[in-house]
Amino acid sequence: MTGSTDIKLSVRGLEKSYDRTPILERVELDVESGSFCTIVGASGCGKSTFLRMLLSQELPTRGEILLDGHALPDEPTPDRGIVFQKYSVFSHLTVAENLILASEFERAPLAGRLFGMKRRQAREEIDDLLERIGLSAAADRYPAQLSGGMQQRLAIAQALAKKPSILLLDEPFGALDPGIRVDMHELLLGLWNELGMTIFMVTHDIHEAFKLGTRLLVFDKIRHDPQAPEAYGATITYDLPLSSPSTELQQGPEQIAEAIGLPGQSDTPIQIETKTP
Amino acid sequence: MRIINRKPSRLTALALGLLPFVATIVGYAIASHYRRLDNPADKLLPSLESMGQAFWRMAAIPDRRSGDLLLWVDTFDSLWRLGTGMAVSTLLALTFGIAIGFIPHVRSALAPYLATFSLIPPITILPILFITFGLGELAKIALIVIGTAPVMIRSTAQAVLDIPREMIIKAETLGASVWQMTVRLVIPQVLPKLITALRMGLVPAWIFLISAEAIASTTGLGYRIFLVRRYLAMDVILPYVVWITLLAFLLDRALLLISRRSFRWHHLGGDAL
Repeated sequence: MTGSTDIKLSVRGLEKSYDRTPILERVELDVESGSFCTIVGASGCGKSTFLRMLLSQELPTRGEILLDGHALPDEPTPDRGIVFQKYSVFSHLTVAENLILASEFERAPLAGRLFGMKRRQAREEIDDLLERIGLSAAADRYPAQLSGGMQQRLAIAQALAKKPSILLLDEPFGALDPGIRVDMHELLLGLWNELGMTIFMVTHDIHEAFKLGTRLLVFDKIRHDPQAPEAYGATITYDLPLSSPSTELQQGPEQIAEAIGLPGQSDTPIQIETKTP
Repeated sequence: MRIINRKPSRLTALALGLLPFVATIVGYAIASHYRRLDNPADKLLPSLESMGQAFWRMAAIPDRRSGDLLLWVDTFDSLWRLGTGMAVSTLLALTFGIAIGFIPHVRSALAPYLATFSLIPPITILPILFITFGLGELAKIALIVIGTAPVMIRSTAQAVLDIPREMIIKAETLGASVWQMTVRLVIPQVLPKLITALRMGLVPAWIFLISAEAIASTTGLGYRIFLVRRYLAMDVILPYVVWITLLAFLLDRALLLISRRSFRWHHLGGDAL
């Protein structure tokens, strides 16, 4: 991985502990621009913590994260979009209002709200996007009136409103039905092909991780002290390129799942496709 | 079928809801009837007609001394005090509640103080208010504010803290400033809960209003009740109590209606009370 000129994000000697209990330790990573990194691991292994640090929602205890060669800001900024499993969209705004919110923030620093002509204009600008995510008919509905899949489509579209160079997804499809998940995969891959952002996605579905990613990161503990199970944190134990057809996959989803003690079965059939970043 | 699974029809529900009210009125009428059989001049349980007459006298016949329609003057003055006090409390709850809930440094500075302040029994402050502000309107309004604002501020701050962290982070990634997050995210999310806090605050507010009016006032619903108490005028007191209850009930319903109309999104997921 190193040696490439187009490194988007580097992680150096990253450590995170809560009250002296290490969660993550010695995490080293270089990610090329336009990668789709899927992150798996047993629950409690710190994969969501890692994502929150990429978002600057939490700060590393030690080590650093470099974005385009510069240290990450200490708080969330528009260069990194985020989709959470829930509460990602604003419950008090309709679908259309959720989508124009970012441009309202940009164009109306004081009121945070557009009126009249400007508002209509902002509303027209999102027509195509609404069509794209299949929410044209639901534009004036509140999130609580949408299905889980519709809410997450809205969340993804909203997260991309500021054209972030990095998109972070924290188990975004975890609460969705398998059939709807496949639709969501297509939408996400389509947007990724089109916009070319770097994606980090945490998932507990190993097949989803293999299907979507160009690179699979597995978080697990490598050091174990039987007397003190909390003594060591997790780190990246597998770092598999998934995209290039030349790479022979030594490990399939089942092997990875077994290695880290995850259930290998999935509701979705395995489809390892070749992808173009 | 088990009783927990049997649901009343709309009509049955209405009838069941009215039953305790009717039972109270009938029970009262019977008790009053028998007392007046013993002593026709009984003042404790006046007949429904005499209460109706007294209420009519208060509402429609100008007072001999002042020429006012006492019920309406009392109602207007009391509602004005209550409304002003609650408006101030609501404004305080909105500004301080959001500052405390949203900004950790303000929270550290004010939350412990507020928690302590809200434990002072407000009535014990009343003498201090009368001494400092005199016996005018200000002292009564101040009592309502002091009695309701701390709790309302605390519940508003809690409502801000209850906004899912995910939403605030999402707003940050959409490029919002703190001010923009306040006006577009925090205030809209908190307003329906502020209305609930206002409805809850009205309960003690009425107590403080009536107490303050009873102690030092020349008008108001509380003043009137405590004034006519000297003549054992139950025929005025009881209708006034019913009237106050009705006003409180209507205020509460109006606020609920406003909340449902203005914050439809908040009431989508089923509603309580």
